[in-house]
Amino acid sequence: MTATATSRLSGLPDSPADLRTFLHGLPGVDKVGVEARAAALGTRSVKTTAKAHAIDLAIRMVDLTTLEGADTPGKVRALSAKALRPDPADATCPQVAAVCVYPAMVPFAAEVLAGSGVHLASVATAFPSGQAPLDVKLADTRDAVAAGADEIDMVISRGAFLAGDYAKVFDEIVAVKQACGSAHLKVILETGELATYDNVRRASWLAMLAGADFIKTSTGKVPVAATLPVTLIMLEAVRDFRARYGRQVGVKPAGGIRTTKDAIKYLVMINETVGDDWLSPDWFRFGASSLLNDLLMQRTKLTTGHYAGPDYFTLD
Amino acid sequence: MATLFEYAPAPESRSIVSIAPSYGLFIDGEFSEAKDTFKTINPADEETLAEVALAGPEDVDRAVAAARRAFESWSALPGSERAKYLFRIARIIQERSRELAVLESLDNGKPIKESRDVDLPLVAAHFFYYAGWADKLKYAGFGPDPRPLGVAGQVIPWNFPLLMLAWKIAPALATGNTVVLKPAETTPLSALFFADVCRQAGLPAGVVNIVTGAGDTGRYLVEHPDVNKVAFTGSTEVGRAIARSVAGTGKKLTLELGGKAANIVFDDAPIDQAVEGIVNGIFFNQGHVCCAGSRLLVQESVAEELLDSLKRRMATLRVGDPLDKNTDVGAINSAAQLARITELSEIGAQEGAERWSPECSLPDRGFWFAPTIFTGVTQAHRIAREEIFGPVLSVLTFRTPAEAVEKANNTPYGLSAGIWSDKGSRILAVADQLRAGVVWANTFNKFDPTSPFGGYKESGYGREGGRHGLEAYLA
Amino acid sequence: MPESATRLSVRKTYKLYVGGKFPRSESGRTYLVDGDNVSLASRKDARDAVVAARAAQPKWAGATAYNRGQVLYRIAEMLEARRAEFKALGVKGAEVDAAVDRWVWYAGWSDKIAQVAGGANPVAGPFFNISAPEPTGVVALAAPPSLLGLVSVIAPAIVTGNTVVVIAANPQAAVTLAEVLATSDVPGGVVNILTGHAAEIAPWLASHDDVNAIDLAGVDDPELATELERTAAGTLKRVLRPVSLDWAEDPGVGRMTALLETKTVWHPKGF
Repeated sequence: MTATATSRLSGLPDSPADLRTFLHGLPGVDKVGVEARAAALGTRSVKTTAKAHAIDLAIRMVDLTTLEGADTPGKVRALSAKALRPDPADATCPQVAAVCVYPAMVPFAAEVLAGSGVHLASVATAFPSGQAPLDVKLADTRDAVAAGADEIDMVISRGAFLAGDYAKVFDEIVAVKQACGSAHLKVILETGELATYDNVRRASWLAMLAGADFIKTSTGKVPVAATLPVTLIMLEAVRDFRARYGRQVGVKPAGGIRTTKDAIKYLVMINETVGDDWLSPDWFRFGASSLLNDLLMQRTKLTTGHYAGPDYFTLD
Repeated sequence: MATLFEYAPAPESRSIVSIAPSYGLFIDGEFSEAKDTFKTINPADEETLAEVALAGPEDVDRAVAAARRAFESWSALPGSERAKYLFRIARIIQERSRELAVLESLDNGKPIKESRDVDLPLVAAHFFYYAGWADKLKYAGFGPDPRPLGVAGQVIPWNFPLLMLAWKIAPALATGNTVVLKPAETTPLSALFFADVCRQAGLPAGVVNIVTGAGDTGRYLVEHPDVNKVAFTGSTEVGRAIARSVAGTGKKLTLELGGKAANIVFDDAPIDQAVEGIVNGIFFNQGHVCCAGSRLLVQESVAEELLDSLKRRMATLRVGDPLDKNTDVGAINSAAQLARITELSEIGAQEGAERWSPECSLPDRGFWFAPTIFTGVTQAHRIAREEIFGPVLSVLTFRTPAEAVEKANNTPYGLSAGIWSDKGSRILAVADQLRAGVVWANTFNKFDPTSPFGGYKESGYGREGGRHGLEAYLA
Repeated sequence: MPESATRLSVRKTYKLYVGGKFPRSESGRTYLVDGDNVSLASRKDARDAVVAARAAQPKWAGATAYNRGQVLYRIAEMLEARRAEFKALGVKGAEVDAAVDRWVWYAGWSDKIAQVAGGANPVAGPFFNISAPEPTGVVALAAPPSLLGLVSVIAPAIVTGNTVVVIAANPQAAVTLAEVLATSDVPGGVVNILTGHAAEIAPWLASHDDVNAIDLAGVDDPELATELERTAAGTLKRVLRPVSLDWAEDPGVGRMTALLETKTVWHPKGF
């Protein structure tokens, strides 16, 4: 994906210095302004039919996730079953987009999901820290794909990024992308560790330039996970990237999104910044676990007209 | 634009506010009738909201006399006691804020999200802020024993009815003056509800008097010989007439008038936030804002990119029912204002500027104007010089910072300006050179009770807000 | 050297002071004041003076406050040196002293008024917000007749960066003061002095679109003052109404702040 300098900087940046110049030449982000915009979008009132539509869309966008040291084949099978039929009591309830597990758990999820249309995502590349040699990361990736994952959620090396070694981050993404084969690559920026919104924008572009199919906010393993302002910046990045290079990239906020109200705020944000083209599970995902049950409870409330309780929904 | 995800109507309930069929004048703590009345309508559907008394000269006389009588004891009250009345008023406004927000949107046409999230919080904050000054005036830097002036005659506009009332009344009362206030003809209701707030607060009779009416009522008030202080917010034309009329009378005068603010976008601007700032600058409150960023000055090198973003953003603006919680742009306040906006926009097109509005369906009844931008505008166009006071943006370009400053200052107005750039030294240098009372850098249309507001040149004189705002009411 | 009986003294010609030069009135008119022919300024002289004041204003306002303070102090030095000349014009020594001291007082204000009249505003949000005073621009002054009164209206106007067009009521003293200014590092055009009649010239300044403020301190005819205030409303000039006060009193900051605009700048704060 690296470009040759055949014409006046019209291709992609090539040398480490080019890359730096390019990323630092992106428009700045004003923190107060982006947070105000995100908050304003968060005040949209989504009711009745719009809410019902939004809930189903959000369910279809969920990457139902378990990433615990305590994960077992049993836990993963149960989660996968839930992905296929989130609400056993209601056949009209859609499936989620994907199940997301550690590489070692991929075979157990694959058993359940095979042929269902629900994707199987696996975190790889020394998740969550990314602090491993490249060959370990690549082996991790290849193993997960071989075991049946069709989506890989990789982490970038935040250390290299913050040290200004953008080329290293770029090259790693390129290598992992190659290791993915036909699997889709989601690149986790771990925005909570990038410290500034300017860095979020630069990391988004860096990942896209290197070939990411999706850019994803967080591992869920650091204190600050997905936020509306960070997602807004990433949505602007994919919008601007497509306008420039013609390739569409998806966005996945992950971690910390627990309620229907939260999820709807994200959908409103897509709706009013990048529009219809991203309002689909092909281009937007929620990395979440507990969100699904809240969506189901709200969905039930809309159908039955009374408030739902957690005892009526499956735990997994 | 988006079709996959349409928002269902989300109307705020209007049942929280109960509007009486008719209202009198609030004089000396009582509502009283006047000989004539006029109707105030909801600009979103043209339905009559209430009949309101039209104050004549004798009514204004009565109001000024009541304020004069009240002045003696009010000004003699310890500042700490005056403060407590203002704190009470602030609290009551907070408690009734939803009711007042709905009322404001009904009478004015502004979106409920703005009356709810901007106007009402600022109204309460303003009373809180000046309440605290009432017993600290000797520390304000206006001498050891600053004295109130007497009776303040205050005339306010229709764009932020209750907020402008707060800007006028809070500092006047804190400093020990008494008030006769005339709200705008098209938006009298929130001031009349405020009269009720004063009664609830136990404010002594005559300290605040509200006389409703049109231009003549305002004229009687500012020309009244027993008024010591005149404060006016509104058009430069009327401001000029008031300045003429108070000449030689010794009345203290502050004026907050029109504007034609430049919003300057440099090529290194944080572009997405700049787009938001431009939208907020001109479409906030339907552009009925004296400090609106109505002239976009964009550096030529990024003009095309910026305009694409701006148009895309404008296409998401939701125009319609002011009471719908998702409405971004509400109704134009009056038929007269709509006519003015329409006329100036037609002139803009005739003069060769290129007009663009996003597709948006406007309601059949009421007064509506789609968000509009004109590109290819030069300083010679009337739409670059005259205040339109509507959701109409004129876009001009510049090449260098010096040219931006020159164009920004090339107007008789000088109320506000905006600067968008990531370069600190450039922002500070440009801010220094702009002849405007408020400069928003990398933000726009921000207001705060502690922050002085007011213009240079024909945008008026005196400041409202902050410590500076006290000066207008002290001798 | 004592004047010899045979030597004829050389008299001073009292001319206008515009743009740092001493021109005669373009009208060619003079009027007799205490036996001297003094240039009688016309509306066109007023027009030229406004042009000079406007041209000088940005640079004067752009000078550092420290520099303006130095210049004002230099005026005090030069005025002190000309005590005898003013006394010869009939100004009492004590008044000259007071006028010198007034320059010194205002010289010290140049780099302090912004701190007294401005400051940070604690807004309820993540914003840097600061209000600072700025000069209003070109100020027309109808000066009171005394030397101290004249200095007391010019100094507070210019110390903050305004430039002025003065209609002097005491021509010889005013022109002599102009000579002080001309030798005091005051840039040409910062102070322009017109000798003549306020009733004739002031209306042209009150109606001039390129004048930002008018100080009516020396207008003693109430009808004229009202008329000028009314005329000034045409472009919403800042108006300082006539005052009858003892110029020897503590001047306070009021005359400075009346000719200042408050500019408030907002900027977000965030990493």
